[in-house]
This record gives sequence, C-alpha cells and structure tokens, in this order.
Amino acid sequence: MQLSLAKQSKQTAEEAAQATSPLAIRGLTVSYGEKPAVFSVDMTVMPGQMTAIIGPNGAGKSTMLKAALGIVAPVSGRVQVFGRPLDHQRGRVAYVPQRASVDWDFPTRVIDVVMMGLYRDLGLLGRIRASHRRIARDCLDRVGMGEFAGRQIGQLSGGQQQRVFLARALAQGADLYLLDEPFAGVDAATEKAIIGVLKMLRAEGKTVVVVHHDLATVRDYFDNVFLINTRKVAEGPVETAFTAETLQAAYGGRLATAQIDQIATSA
Amino acid sequence: MMSTLIDALLLQMGYNATLVAVGAALLGAASGITGTFLFLRKRALVSDAVSHATLPGVCVAFLILVGLGGDGRNLAALLLGSALSAGLGLWCMNWLTRNTRLAEDAAIGAVLSVFFGFGIVLLTVIQTLGVGRQAGLEGFLLGSTAGMLYADALVIATGGAAVLILILLARRPMTMVAFDPEYAAARGLPVGRIDMLMMGLVMAVTVVGLKVVGLILIVALLIIPPVTARFWTERADQVVILSGVLGAVAAYLGAALSASAPNLPTGPIIVLMSFALFALSLLIAPNRGVLAAVRRHRRFQKRVHLRQGLLALAQDQIIYEPLTLRLLAQSGFARADGVATQSGRRRAAKALRDEMRWDILRRDQAQEAAAALYDGLREIETVLTPDQIAAIDRKIGSPREV
Repeated sequence: MQLSLAKQSKQTAEEAAQATSPLAIRGLTVSYGEKPAVFSVDMTVMPGQMTAIIGPNGAGKSTMLKAALGIVAPVSGRVQVFGRPLDHQRGRVAYVPQRASVDWDFPTRVIDVVMMGLYRDLGLLGRIRASHRRIARDCLDRVGMGEFAGRQIGQLSGGQQQRVFLARALAQGADLYLLDEPFAGVDAATEKAIIGVLKMLRAEGKTVVVVHHDLATVRDYFDNVFLINTRKVAEGPVETAFTAETLQAAYGGRLATAQIDQIATSA
Repeated sequence: MMSTLIDALLLQMGYNATLVAVGAALLGAASGITGTFLFLRKRALVSDAVSHATLPGVCVAFLILVGLGGDGRNLAALLLGSALSAGLGLWCMNWLTRNTRLAEDAAIGAVLSVFFGFGIVLLTVIQTLGVGRQAGLEGFLLGSTAGMLYADALVIATGGAAVLILILLARRPMTMVAFDPEYAAARGLPVGRIDMLMMGLVMAVTVVGLKVVGLILIVALLIIPPVTARFWTERADQVVILSGVLGAVAAYLGAALSASAPNLPTGPIIVLMSFALFALSLLIAPNRGVLAAVRRHRRFQKRVHLRQGLLALAQDQIIYEPLTLRLLAQSGFARADGVATQSGRRRAAKALRDEMRWDILRRDQAQEAAAALYDGLREIETVLTPDQIAAIDRKIGSPREV
C-alpha cells in the first residue's frame, strides 16, 4: 500500500515535470533502414536552461533532434513540447540546422533568409512590411551580421552562414531553440557571437538545446548535458552527469582515459 | 522570308499566326515561372519524365475518341488523357524512390523510357489502324502550331493563368522548401505536399504546352529560362519573374519564326531561341558570366604577380616569370630588364614592410580575427587603424632602406 502510494507520487511528479518541460521525449526510436540510430530514448529538457546533447559521431545526436522536430518520422515514441504535441506548438520552437544542409549558391540574400523566420507572420500573400524588415534587421544585428543584410549568401564565410541561420531562428521569437552543431567549423568570433546570443536567450527565460561536439567547452557553455550513444547514457546538470564515468560510457574506447579525466575534472 | 518574319514578329501575319504567337508567349511565361521552382529544388529532370509519360495517355484518349465515333481531334480530351498518364508516371516515380532503393535519377530513367516506349507502340498501332485524323497526333511529339484553333489558344491561356495563380499563392512555401527543406519541415510545412503541388504545376504546364512545343522538348521550356535568368540576379523572386519574361520572349520569337516559313517545327525553333538567350547570358552576364569570370581571374592574377614581384624586388631576388616582369614594367615599377624604378623601389619597400607588419599581427593572439583576413594580397590599412599600425611599427623598428 505504502509502496504503491510512493510509486504513484513519483509518477505524478514525473508527469508534472513532463507537462512543464519545453521538450519531453519518451521512448523515441528512430531508424534508417532497419538499424536504429536512436533507440528508446527519454529526455526531459529543463526550462530556461542550456542543454548540450553530446555523444560520439554517429551516436544519433542530430537524428534525435530531427525526430523531435518531426523532420524524420520516428519508428516509435512520443514528443511533447511545453506539455502538448509538437504540431500545436510549432510557433514556439525554432530550429537551427547544420550549415552544410543547404546549397549556399541558392539565389537569395542574407535578409531574405532571416525573413523566412517570419514566415508565419507573413502568411501566403501578406506583403513584407517595414516592421518585418526591422525585425529581421534587429536579429541580424544581434548576431553581429547587420552590415551583411544585402549580401548574397554565397559570399559569406562558414561562420557568417551559421550566424545567419541563428538570426533566422531568432526572428521566429520562439521559446525553445534547437541547434544542430552550431559551433562546428566556425571561427572564434562566430563562436563568441553565438554563445553570447544563446546566453542572452537563457537570460530572457528561453530554453536552448544544442547538439555539441566540443567536450572542452561543455562546462563553460552549458547547464545540463544529455549523453547519447544510440541509447541515453546520462542526463542531468553538468556537475553530476558530465563525469569521467558517463563520458567513458558514451564514448567507450574512442576517447583516451587521460583525455576523459582531463575533460571531466577541468572545471 | 525576311519580310514575312518581320510581319510575324509584329503580329501582322493574319489571325492564325497571331494566335499562335500570343499563345506560345503565354505558355513560355507560365513554363518559365513554374520551371524556376523545379530548378531551385534541383529536380529539373523530373519534368522530362513527366512529359514523356504523357504520350500513352494521348494515344489512349485518341483511341477512345475514335472508338466513340469521333475523328480524335478533341484537344481537351487528348490533354485530359495526357494528364492522367503523366500523373501515373509521376506516381510511379514517387513510389519507386520511396519504396525501393532506387535513387531519383534511376526512377526518372525507368519511367521516362517505359512510358515513352509504350506511347510509341500505341502510336504505331494507331497508324496501322488508319483510323481518325491521326495527322495531329505526331504534332504532340515535336509540337505543331499549324491549324491551331482559337479554342486551343484558350486552353493554353486558361491553363497558364490557373498555374500562375497557384504559384502566386504557393511561392513562399515553395521557395522555403527549395532552399532548406529540413527547416521548412521543422516549421510544420507539409514538405511532401508542397513538392507534390510543384510537380502538379509542372504537369499542368507540360500538358498545356504539349501541342505547341511537343513532349520531347517541353523540358527545355521549363529549364532553360530559369538557368538563363539565374545568370542575371541573386534573388529567387527576381529569377522567377525574369525567367517568365525570358520564356515568353523565346516562345514568342520561336513561334513567329516558325510561322514565317513553311515546315519549320515550332518546338525546336522555340528551344533554339531559348538557347540563344542562354548562350548570350552565359557569355556577358555581369557576375556569373564567363567573360566576367575570366576578367575577374585576370585581375586577381595581376594582383598576385605584382605583389610577388614587388616582394622579390624588395629582397633583391631575380624575377624569372615573364608575366611578372611584364606587369611590373607596365605599372612602372621596373624596367624591362627587371631593375626597379624609383616608384618601384618605394612600393617594394612598402610591400615588404607590410609583410613584416602582418607577421607581427598574426602572432598576436588578441588580433585573431584581424589576422585571419591575411591572404597575401589584402592591404593592412583595410584591417588596422593608423594607430594600430604605428604600434606594430614600433615593434619592428625604424624603416629599412632597400
């Protein structure tokens, strides 16, 4: 009797956490062909914090993000955004895809890309107004790309391209931001600009989830980590979940023990 | 010949030729605009399969018409047949790419050849049967505007207008899907259905244009105008509009030309017109054109050689490259034998000093962003303020005479 009560209250507590979580994933399995890239993963993202999704190459980090956004269809599992199904909450979620996922010779200017973030406000036939342009400009300024508004996107460096993608997400005015490897192959100035914007979002109470590959910066940048290698390995605050044991479990032999010790202890 | 051509261009060749030219121009505009989205989505060749898949439908519709006791010349019925079989071809292609390991190019090849082959068999059967007025059928292969009726032009005009209205409505989602399908999906756009709409529009244009251009060449009307327009602008919306204009111009010229001389097939002439506009753009377009690219490369090469030449002069090295020597002489920095002039010595000293400045800059951790701009050619004044340069100069010491 006592036991079942305790179990029940634990269950309701978990349900409450899920109901308020900006992103709650349960039993998510995603597969390309018949090999699961992500297997039965649970994740509960903490509101108003920055979470890094970490794991070796091919561990399913990006796949999990794409499934959470409905870009790839999962085999099984449930995704809830702020306690409701994703389709009811699309307006509150912003996505920053990997830079390499688009053709940068596409005929479009920087400002036009950012304007895509305003797609919902514009609708099918709505005219682009001065107010829309102002929002897009502001978002470009926030990522330090204001002077590039009229440039063709093909003329940008990799880091600048990444910042334009971030500006497009900012234009949505979302509450939850999901970024796929935003720091991959960018220059130091861009990394600084991006992390500055993300921290500002957190200060505004927004939630940020980042697929991240650079273990050395995890402690500086993030509040929480989510370690994955096809299955969930660990989840929680950096202090408790980002340890030598969890890294060893996620990366196995792919990281030297000395390397792991150094990362896990350098605070 | 010349005067008939001019008459045709000025719409003074009589009612029928005028009808053809205007109808063709409408078709050219609609296909140029529709084709732009296909081109931006990088699925240009799908339209080739779609157009070839129309042939069995045309033939089956003809047979049914004849079977019902007609002469098989009802354009609307033939186009309906072509639309049905093109739709079937499209469905086959989607099914193949989704449910098998075939890539889209293989699916295109399979659908195109099988449908076209079947269509040709049907066409041969019809010819052997010798029923109905089958002379018009071959016009579907390469296009024919001879004997185009007012009703035919009306079909083109209505179809083209319907396509344009749909594109006006769907242009934003279609552009978003073409540029970044994953982001579009993350925003909740039905990417699959938007792609389907795009293919549906392509199908509509194909069917409408079948009679004028013919199924073999309609792909050119969809693809060449956007490719041509892309040379002139960096904005998707402008590519769309320009492509429509180019398509209309090429179709108008082609139709008029083919009307001015007997037995000139309309479709191929329109395609050649379109190609002429493409070739012209390829050559002379300001940024993406071949001539501009050559000029840009020449200018870049000149800067590299001058810079290397000046650095060699500054360090009293012998210059062997004839191009470098020639460029130095042309700029007045050296005599033909490679000996530096007064101004050459001054510029050489400055070049060497700038290299030393860059060297110091690139060692400075705090200046990482500025140092990353070094490429051997960039003037250091564009990166640093005079104060910063002076600070670096203090580290180098007094200017060295060369």
